[in-house]
Amino acid sequence: MSDKKPKRREFLFTATTAVGAVGAAAVVWPMVDQMNPDASVKALASTEVDISSVKPGNTITVLWRGKPVFIRRRTKEEIEEARSVKMEELIHPEKDEDRAKNPEWLVMVGVCTHLGCVPLNDKGDYNGWFCPCHGSHYDTSGRIRKGPAPWNMEVPKYEFVNANTIKIG
Amino acid sequence: MSDHDYKPKSKVGQWFNDRLPLLTLANHLTDYPTPKNLNYWWTFGGILTFCLITQIITGLTLAMHYIAHADMAFESVEHIMRDVNYGWLIRYIHANGASMFFLAVYIHIFRSLFYGSYKSPREIIWILGIVIYLLMMAAAFMGYVLPWGQMSFWGATVITNLFSAIPLVGEGIVTWLWGGYSVDNPTLTRFFTLHYLIPFLILGLVVLHIWALHVPGNNNPVGIDIKKPSKDTVPFHPYIVIKDGFALLMFMIVFAFFVFYTPNILGHADNYIEANPMVTPAHIVPEWYLLPFYAILRSVPDKLLGVVAMLSAILILAALPWLDTSKIRSAVFRPLYKQFYWILVADVLILGYVGAMPAEGLYLLIARVATAYYFLHFLVILPVLGFKERTLPVPLSITEPILGGSPNLAAARHRESKIK
Repeated sequence: MSDKKPKRREFLFTATTAVGAVGAAAVVWPMVDQMNPDASVKALASTEVDISSVKPGNTITVLWRGKPVFIRRRTKEEIEEARSVKMEELIHPEKDEDRAKNPEWLVMVGVCTHLGCVPLNDKGDYNGWFCPCHGSHYDTSGRIRKGPAPWNMEVPKYEFVNANTIKIG
Repeated sequence: MSDHDYKPKSKVGQWFNDRLPLLTLANHLTDYPTPKNLNYWWTFGGILTFCLITQIITGLTLAMHYIAHADMAFESVEHIMRDVNYGWLIRYIHANGASMFFLAVYIHIFRSLFYGSYKSPREIIWILGIVIYLLMMAAAFMGYVLPWGQMSFWGATVITNLFSAIPLVGEGIVTWLWGGYSVDNPTLTRFFTLHYLIPFLILGLVVLHIWALHVPGNNNPVGIDIKKPSKDTVPFHPYIVIKDGFALLMFMIVFAFFVFYTPNILGHADNYIEANPMVTPAHIVPEWYLLPFYAILRSVPDKLLGVVAMLSAILILAALPWLDTSKIRSAVFRPLYKQFYWILVADVLILGYVGAMPAEGLYLLIARVATAYYFLHFLVILPVLGFKERTLPVPLSITEPILGGSPNLAAARHRESKIK
């Protein structure tokens, strides 16, 4: 600090500006935050799905938080294919064991991690999903293998309520 | 100029003008000295003003019938098309008007590129123009979302997801833009609000654009500074008004052709299917006027870098006055630049074409080469050209080459063939 004592006017000027800035921020924040998802949107955060009618090799798509969620009952070959891949070959390395706790059921948000399109089922070079928008290929575990998408398709939080029901969210 | 000396003839006029000098402004706009050699490429400023006013008027009318709600938007647009008196006409004018607006703005921009209109002392006019262009793209994109068809929904999803490429805060920004976890009703209502607002922002910027233009005055095909007013200028009214009016009439014929004979050719059939968050259309393509930038986005294999490349392709234009090192404005006197100019035009058209094609195989390769060339043009060719190029002799005035005052007869003839 310099020896010079701040003048009374300088002090008032700084203090006024500081209080003004806090006041302005207090007004700006509600204007910004009003655009975020509100409580009514957040309240729709979980959904229960009956999976008793899904046969092996079939996928059902359900809506969760306005987004499609793929629930696939995988065949033996698909599980085998997903679990035999070496981690080095993956763009976004994740074990299939971590993505599908119950190997028969793959549950994931059906949204391409590139720019948000819905990938097509049973398509692409890895027998999993293919995004028609910009050509991302996903494998039977929903992991990105080829194309512009940076990550694997997201696995949401879910649990088996009983043998025939999954609760997502 | 005699702006400040202007005195209205009538007593009432004087009384009013002393209090609010609107009549001085009107007089300035009427007498505004304009280069007498302006060709038809210079009429697009007026045409663009017409486009903006048309969009605002038809847009206000549509807003009286449109309902900005995810459950009702699609139906309300069909209601406009089928039930509202002349609703089909108003909506087709508005939808095709957007395309006509971009057609005109691209001609306007490429005219500036050819004649060096962005160079000193007109940098601010140019940058304001780029801002207007950016706002136009924002308005067009949000407007395209409002009918809530499949292309609306998925176009909105893809474009808003561009922000998710930003490290760390990207996902949060996207959720904030959406007001939820996907494109939905909150997204639609805010897009409608902004779509309504932006044209008025553009209007304000257009006023500044014209104001900034009236400080140095128009550039011209010869690209030289001229004395104003002088033998080289004519008053804006009636000379330019008539010329602009005639060009506008020609433009309106093209406009009307689209509206009345092929109103849907520039749109996508998928947008007549209501938005469905469960199914993405097989082939998502933006509107034609965004295709070159879309091609640049897709030509980069990395998500973040693709977005950066696309934004840079637009923002690089703002730096153009400083990237172009040549002191000569008009391409008429720049034999090499003129060739590179046409290569750039071809490059942008090629980008537009591959942007509409699937991003794979040969198309992807072409897109990558064309993207690289686009940046090469602005970052390497233009700066170097200013130092290396041997330019042709520039006349001292607009009148000079016509009167044969040039010591170089061949150059004078060459110029005369160019300056119409």
